[in-house]
Amino acid sequence: MIQAVGHQVFAVIDFIGDQVILLVRSLGYLLRGYAGGRRTLQQMAVAGTDSLPIAALTLFFVGMAWGYHAAGYMIRFGATGYIGGTTAVAIARELGPALCGVVVAARVGSAFAAELGTMTVTEQIDALRALAVNPIRYLVVPRVIACVTMLPLLTLASVAAGILGAFLFTSYAGVSPGEYFVSIQQWLTPKDLYGGIAKTFVFGFIIALVGCRQGLRTTGGAAGVGRATISAVVLSIVLIYMANFFLTALIFRY
Amino acid sequence: MPADHSPIQLEQLTYRLGGTAVLDGIDLVVHKGEILGVMGRSGTGKTTLLRLIMGLIRPTAGRVVVHGQDLSGLEEAELDAIRRSIGMVFQGAALFDSMTVSENVAFPLSEHRLVPRSEIGERVAELLAMVGMENSEDLLPSQLSGGMRKRVGVARALAQNPNVFLYDEPTAGLDPISAAAIDDLIVRLREEVGVTSVIVSHDVESLRRVTDRAAVLHEGRFLAVGPLEQLERSGDLAVRQFLSGSLEGPLTAETQPFTGG
Repeated sequence: MIQAVGHQVFAVIDFIGDQVILLVRSLGYLLRGYAGGRRTLQQMAVAGTDSLPIAALTLFFVGMAWGYHAAGYMIRFGATGYIGGTTAVAIARELGPALCGVVVAARVGSAFAAELGTMTVTEQIDALRALAVNPIRYLVVPRVIACVTMLPLLTLASVAAGILGAFLFTSYAGVSPGEYFVSIQQWLTPKDLYGGIAKTFVFGFIIALVGCRQGLRTTGGAAGVGRATISAVVLSIVLIYMANFFLTALIFRY
Repeated sequence: MPADHSPIQLEQLTYRLGGTAVLDGIDLVVHKGEILGVMGRSGTGKTTLLRLIMGLIRPTAGRVVVHGQDLSGLEEAELDAIRRSIGMVFQGAALFDSMTVSENVAFPLSEHRLVPRSEIGERVAELLAMVGMENSEDLLPSQLSGGMRKRVGVARALAQNPNVFLYDEPTAGLDPISAAAIDDLIVRLREEVGVTSVIVSHDVESLRRVTDRAAVLHEGRFLAVGPLEQLERSGDLAVRQFLSGSLEGPLTAETQPFTGG
């Protein structure tokens, strides 16, 4: 029992240690002006452009569902002037950033873990090192840059999709378009937008670093790659939830 | 670096993993231009030995000295400078499977800017010709047989002009003709480029063809080091048992569940 707890504690410390090392080394390359070139652009396409449909679709439907509830309650209370504003603020501050983080963690973090994990178990990572190419520089840095730059842009586009989804449903339910957008103008502040976007920079780091770490630490063949992929997604989603709460409390004060 | 250094010196080299000593105080000097074989049963730490020489893992105790430089005190970036003088051929070749053959061989050339961009294609063709893999440039590693992959692995390692080559089971899983082609390649590299080679293998036939000396690794120590013919006449029963591939003898004495003893 005590031994089992000890193993868990050791695993957590080991994980945190690895994350700090990966973060410091990656930032070291970035600060020295290394940006990864073509490989970074490829990863930006994978993490960003290719994730746009699913991220926007997620927020579009979440916006519709939100609009369904908002319209249902507020039309009854005659408070239709609040619908656009509450929807936009909720999506910009919380739903957009958190859901985009989860979508990218599931879609891209898993791919990082699977790809680097396969390279690890087939000795391709050792081959890189044997050829005097640092795997952090060659593989991790481009992925970190891609996630940290693309997740905020992705979130911005998805927030727009969410607001559009809510708009379409509430219009159908009888709220006038003018009232919806005037309400957004009244309620949504720039800080709601950039505060929400700011959180996604941190989520980008989490997704890239956790995905790469789980991949680089893979052992045990094909089953090991499977385990690495699962743990990358679960760990990064959990960390995103936790980081989201603390960042929200830090950014939006009452 | 002074010319009189032996390319590889191991001093009391020890590597422990979870309490068991994989390697237990090994001493070895590999001479310049020599082809040295390291034999041993599966799981005796042969691959670990190569990974230590390459600086991919760090020893628990003892020293690895490559070209006169002790690896133990070196940073990753300093190790990279030494790694560029060593070519390693992995057991499964470890080709980058998302790249074509030519991209694999070009990888060290372009990453380290060893030749101008315009000459990379020409150099890749040259390297592939050296290993008998002409006109395979556009194939993917998944389209190659095991022996072909290993030859491309040699070409990729050759691209950095290493003066030391480490081979991990170069002939394992190959048909006799492909194995002979790899053996021939190992010998030619010494004759044409003058490289020093360490070959980890349990293919006694292949080692007899190519090595100057062989070492038998058992339970983390070398049982014997010397020319293979000499080892075969050795009085050490364990060495003789390994070389003759016999089930009976000191190597299997403590692990004989099958004989009921």
